[in-house]
Amino acid sequence: MALKEDLEQIKTNGLQNIKAAQDGKTLNDLKVNLLGKKGSITKALHGISELPVEERPKIGSLANKLRDELAKTIDSKRVELDQAALNQKLKDEKIDVTLPGDSVPKGHPHVIQQIIDEIDDIFIGMGYQVLSGPEVEEEVYNFEMMNLPKNHPARDMQDTFYITKDILMRTHTSPMQARALQKHDFTKGPLKMVSPGVVYRRDTDDPTHSHQFHQVEGIVIDKHITMADLKGTLEVMTHKLFGDKFQVRLRPSYFPFTEPSVEADITCFNCNGKGCDVCKGTGWIEVLGAGMVHPNVLKMAGVDSNVYGGFAFGVGPDRFAMLKYGVDDIRDFYLNDLRFLSQFD
Amino acid sequence: MLISYEWLKDYVQIKLSPEELANKIEKTSVEVDSVFKRSDGLKKIVVGQILSIKDHPDADHLHITQVDVGEDEPIQIVCGAPNVEIGKKVIVALSGARIADNVKIKKSKMRGVESNGMLCALDEIGFDKSLVPDEWKDGIYFLPDNARVGDEVYNYLGMNESLIDLDVTPNRGDMLSVRGTAYDLGAVFDEKVNFIEHASAPTGTHDTDELISAKADPNLAPIYKLKVVENVDVKPSPLWLQIKLWNSGIKPINNVVDITNFIMVKVGQPMHAYDLDKLKSKDLEVRNAKDGEVITTLDGNDRKLTSTDVVIADDKPIALAGLMGGKDTEVTSGTKNIVFEAGVFDPVKTRKMAQKQLLHTDASQRFERGVDHGNVEAALEYAAGMAEDLANGESEQGVVNGSNEEVQPRVISISSSYINHVLGTNLSVKEIVSIFKRLGFGVEESGDNLTVTVPTRCWDLKIDADLVEEVARIYGYDNIPSTLPITQTTEGGLTPKQEMIRKSRETLEGLGLTHAMSYSLTTQEKAKMFMLRASSETPLQWPMTEDHAILRMNLISGLLDDVAYNQARNVLNVPLYEQGRVFYKQDEDQVRPDEVEHIAGAISGSLVSNSWDQKAKPVDFYQIKGILEKYLASLSLKGHITYVSTDKMADMHPGRTALIKLDDHLIGFIGEVHPKVAKQFKIKETYVFELDLDYLYTAPKSGQQYQKVGQYPAIHRDIAMLVDENVTNAEINKLITRRGGAYLQDATVFDVYQGSNVPEGKKSIAYSLTFEDPNATLKDETVDKAVDKIQKRLTNELNAEIR
Ligand SMILES: [Zn+2]
Repeated sequence: MALKEDLEQIKTNGLQNIKAAQDGKTLNDLKVNLLGKKGSITKALHGISELPVEERPKIGSLANKLRDELAKTIDSKRVELDQAALNQKLKDEKIDVTLPGDSVPKGHPHVIQQIIDEIDDIFIGMGYQVLSGPEVEEEVYNFEMMNLPKNHPARDMQDTFYITKDILMRTHTSPMQARALQKHDFTKGPLKMVSPGVVYRRDTDDPTHSHQFHQVEGIVIDKHITMADLKGTLEVMTHKLFGDKFQVRLRPSYFPFTEPSVEADITCFNCNGKGCDVCKGTGWIEVLGAGMVHPNVLKMAGVDSNVYGGFAFGVGPDRFAMLKYGVDDIRDFYLNDLRFLSQFD
Repeated sequence: MLISYEWLKDYVQIKLSPEELANKIEKTSVEVDSVFKRSDGLKKIVVGQILSIKDHPDADHLHITQVDVGEDEPIQIVCGAPNVEIGKKVIVALSGARIADNVKIKKSKMRGVESNGMLCALDEIGFDKSLVPDEWKDGIYFLPDNARVGDEVYNYLGMNESLIDLDVTPNRGDMLSVRGTAYDLGAVFDEKVNFIEHASAPTGTHDTDELISAKADPNLAPIYKLKVVENVDVKPSPLWLQIKLWNSGIKPINNVVDITNFIMVKVGQPMHAYDLDKLKSKDLEVRNAKDGEVITTLDGNDRKLTSTDVVIADDKPIALAGLMGGKDTEVTSGTKNIVFEAGVFDPVKTRKMAQKQLLHTDASQRFERGVDHGNVEAALEYAAGMAEDLANGESEQGVVNGSNEEVQPRVISISSSYINHVLGTNLSVKEIVSIFKRLGFGVEESGDNLTVTVPTRCWDLKIDADLVEEVARIYGYDNIPSTLPITQTTEGGLTPKQEMIRKSRETLEGLGLTHAMSYSLTTQEKAKMFMLRASSETPLQWPMTEDHAILRMNLISGLLDDVAYNQARNVLNVPLYEQGRVFYKQDEDQVRPDEVEHIAGAISGSLVSNSWDQKAKPVDFYQIKGILEKYLASLSLKGHITYVSTDKMADMHPGRTALIKLDDHLIGFIGEVHPKVAKQFKIKETYVFELDLDYLYTAPKSGQQYQKVGQYPAIHRDIAMLVDENVTNAEINKLITRRGGAYLQDATVFDVYQGSNVPEGKKSIAYSLTFEDPNATLKDETVDKAVDKIQKRLTNELNAEIR
């Protein structure tokens, strides 16, 4: 029965060695040495012919069992080793997740452009067409057709850069009222338009004045448009731009191209209406001018003021941006300091 | 315009505090700049009486005074004023007092002598120097003899009155007077206005027209009236009148001049007084000046006149009409007989003259906005009456009219339904009528229709829309409902061009560039740099500074200013773009420039900064070109883009600049800013591009197109070659593409090398070629053949040495 004992020995040693194996190569070697064509089991079985015939199948089956057991053990050991190796690898691959991510190029929209786009979108949602007009404007459109004849005292309110006596840098986007009114075919429905753009004033640049800034003009003309509609429209714009808690109030004012004219105040950003230095204690901040389009403006643009009327307003995106973000110097918008621009997304 | 709360209360009942009143005025009438009392911030300033005066032993100009301030003992005050006088009641700032500019008064020693307070001049207790009467200009102020020692001084000087500073809009000239403001508040509060204009019967024995005559061109002065007062006693006005004036922001001069200013402030009619005896002729005329005439105005300035100016003249100009009188006929302490003038001067001519002469006066401010045509003569009579009372004058009978229009209240027809239609309200006829009545308007009702008679004191109300505004503000804007317009449905949206511009901005921001906004007005030099096409300049007629004198003809120079601004602040990586208009003119004769939308970019430094994990790649031509290519690709242009090397742009690097063409049309350029220009701008190496966005907008687009993705595998082959260094990628690529056969899908350069192992004058360049048959699996032999053909062509046509 030496053969049987040999096999027992092979098993004991084999299992021991498999257990002790530390890497895949040792395991492969063991597999070859134990189970291979020239392995120890095969070698041991060389002696089977010397056994009596009736013993042979027993030994054969014993050997097969041994093969199976060793193979299985090697396989499971291999799984175990692979897992350990992977664990080690993963451990070695540990990184400092607190290090910063890579920089990726990313530009920023200009804060004033954002406000203009927001305003455009609010009014597009209410069925307004967005139109653009010339920055170098005819005196006729900028003043005369806005009911500001020559030597009108209100012209002092808008100091002007002239190119010639008839051509100037537009001082407001209001001339787009006249241009749109002239073009519009009222048989096709009402005129509802906003017109954003750059405007120019003969002002010395300082924290609250810029010789170049932006305006968005708005106008609605139809057969029955009211001051109440103006109030409601300005409320929608304010709520969408700044939030529902902001209120709008109208005060009498004066613009030659509207009658009645109003100034619109909204709840002070700084004190939420309680009263502070920013709002001179009133709780309100003046943000825009508006009114019912003056009959003369309609007439001069060829629109029958007995049939049609409506409202117009002009808002200042620069001022809105200053209020919304607490920017205290309008010149910051035009310096293009990246440390400033990149704060807005 | 400063207006006294207390003065207003003389004429209309006001239940609100001054601050509440100011808020109310803002909501119904005009803006209010501030509300204040002249006593605000002052403390411990009392009436004192000078008991004795001694010269200071060690200082020439100082006096040691003992002053009774109502305490047990007089206090000692050292004073340097030249006019100290025993017995006078004076303004004393006690120790611990606060005087003007928040200065604190403490006990001190002046040249060794104890001083326990300060005797004050008016400006030392907060009066602006321009308001202090000349007699008190150089010394301490004497209070009335009946002032009670120890009292606070404020009430004696009107300093406890609340002053409301109105910012009167051009349409509310009526509020430039106490009378107009009182009527406005009467309407706002629905209170009766008790405004009496007293005119006393003249005591003079002459008729004014025996003493003077007047002639006025109605186009210059539709109303012009004179009245003579004889034997006046010119002296300082009584204190009550001086207080009224300085609390209206006007300096007291003498009783006659003060009367004219008082009338202006109280009833809104600017006036003037001449010394009758100083007139060279008694025939006054309102006329245009003659070119070259000169007048010395009361402010002491000599003014050269031209024929657009309007003057009052005897045989030469004696006043600038509606602005200011002349020095030669000034009323002074020696004046005996005076001529009061009240009239209406043309608003436009007044405004022009005020601008031209740089002389904006209280009078011109009012004439520019208009005055009450119906109140001129009443104002004149009022002044004459006051001159009898305050200057013991004898006012002569009647007035002289140089011109006199017939003044009628304006009648405006309106309907209550129209008012509701414009305001979106639902006011009854009764409510509307009651608002008009509150305003003092006459109303005749005929059902819905109203005939409204507007008094002359509301001269700016001319049309029905003006009446709508009156209803709106008296009814209250807060009471108007909020609705949205109900109209036929309209399709809103951006124009296609605006959409393209917005998308362009988003694309460039996605590619790493930040949106900059620069000024369109720039220097002459910068306006004409980096020009994409030839253009004449558009300069301003009267620029304020050289920095903003000419309209830009490029966007890049603005971006370079921005790069410089950032780099000067150590922000070295500057990737910016700008979208805006440039202004082109064909030639000098074109008056109004064409406004062309451009888009431009500038990158200096690198797009992303150095980090622990990543080395910054300094920007180069190919990086900015990559950005530009991606942007142009996003536009889906139908045409073919080519880059053509140019050394002709003066501000650009001659070896690193390309013109960009869309088919044959120049659409922009790209490259490195010329190092000399970069130095001029004080910026580091910077790459830029500028494109004509308007042209790109009009250029045909392919739209979004779909090409089926092949289902058979593609085959890749590389070709490497040596070519002459002047052979461009464009040439090689064109040849490969043209000769690549039906299955060549793409040829992309992947390596360019010059240096060791490459012969002098040669470069090594390598392409990756992609072949694909959409309908079958390509065979290697087919591709081999195609590559072979390409290589032969390269060898033959470009003298390439295939490696
Ligand atoms: Zn506030």
